[in-house]
Amino acid sequence: MSALVNYDDVEVGTALPAQSFPVTRATLVRYAGASGDFNPIHWNTAVGLPNVIGHGMFTMAEAIRVVTDWLGDPGAVVEYGVRFTKPVVVPDDGVGALIEVSAKVAVKLDDRRVRVDLLATSAGEKVLGMSRAVVQLA
Amino acid sequence: MPLDPSFIGRTYPPTAFYEVGREKIREFAEAVGDANPVYLDADAAKALGHSDVIAPPTFAFVLSYRAAAQVVEDPELGLDFSRVVHGDQRFVYSRPVRAGDRLAVTCVIESIKSLAGNDVLSVRGELHEESGEHVVTAHMMLVARAAEGE
Repeated sequence: MSALVNYDDVEVGTALPAQSFPVTRATLVRYAGASGDFNPIHWNTAVGLPNVIGHGMFTMAEAIRVVTDWLGDPGAVVEYGVRFTKPVVVPDDGVGALIEVSAKVAVKLDDRRVRVDLLATSAGEKVLGMSRAVVQLA
Repeated sequence: MPLDPSFIGRTYPPTAFYEVGREKIREFAEAVGDANPVYLDADAAKALGHSDVIAPPTFAFVLSYRAAAQVVEDPELGLDFSRVVHGDQRFVYSRPVRAGDRLAVTCVIESIKSLAGNDVLSVRGELHEESGEHVVTAHMMLVARAAEGE
């Protein structure tokens, strides 16, 4: 496990490169199959919700890519947690939704580790809260 | 009816071993749109010091979610899954999940709370390799919204 980022090169407040992740109904069907989460709220509007909402775990998977792409080695993620605050609404209009993720170094910890805080929004709503990763740097 | 707090601490039997395959990791990485070669190419993974391709960080949920069925479908606990939403999720890693791992999940009910009429259930899933090595712990918090009229 060898992150490409050196602990000595980062400061509290260092921003990671932000990314945006598109999500359509097809994305959700594919994720349902790969993850085994076939809850119909993620693909069927006939179950009572006004629209299909994305899997929280899909959003969680996308958000950490901002961190793993920065690290180089995803094996350097030591801890990762989120709170699901609002759903990502995914209309069946061929465009879908966009998950926008930014992140910054929040705390420099012992043992050349840092805590990264993430911000994930979709349609202007914060979709993840308390979104934090602890990572091992070089 | 609120969940019975005497279930706090209940430990469920370990699941059967799940064998993590390279192609399952590839399928998952493609489903989240992540082309990092460490998930797809054993040589790229070895270049970073891993013995085989590793899985994306949230892949562990595939196993922990399946295992948590023991808890959410436990008739004695009596959780109404139709009212459940996923509140939060956290992973603590000893090392990444990798191809070739044979992993069993042990679920423990960490806490049961009642907040504003909602049941809040926290379940910990410990993933161990067949050798006994700890790989990752998955913490899942579920909220069962109060039923109408309760």
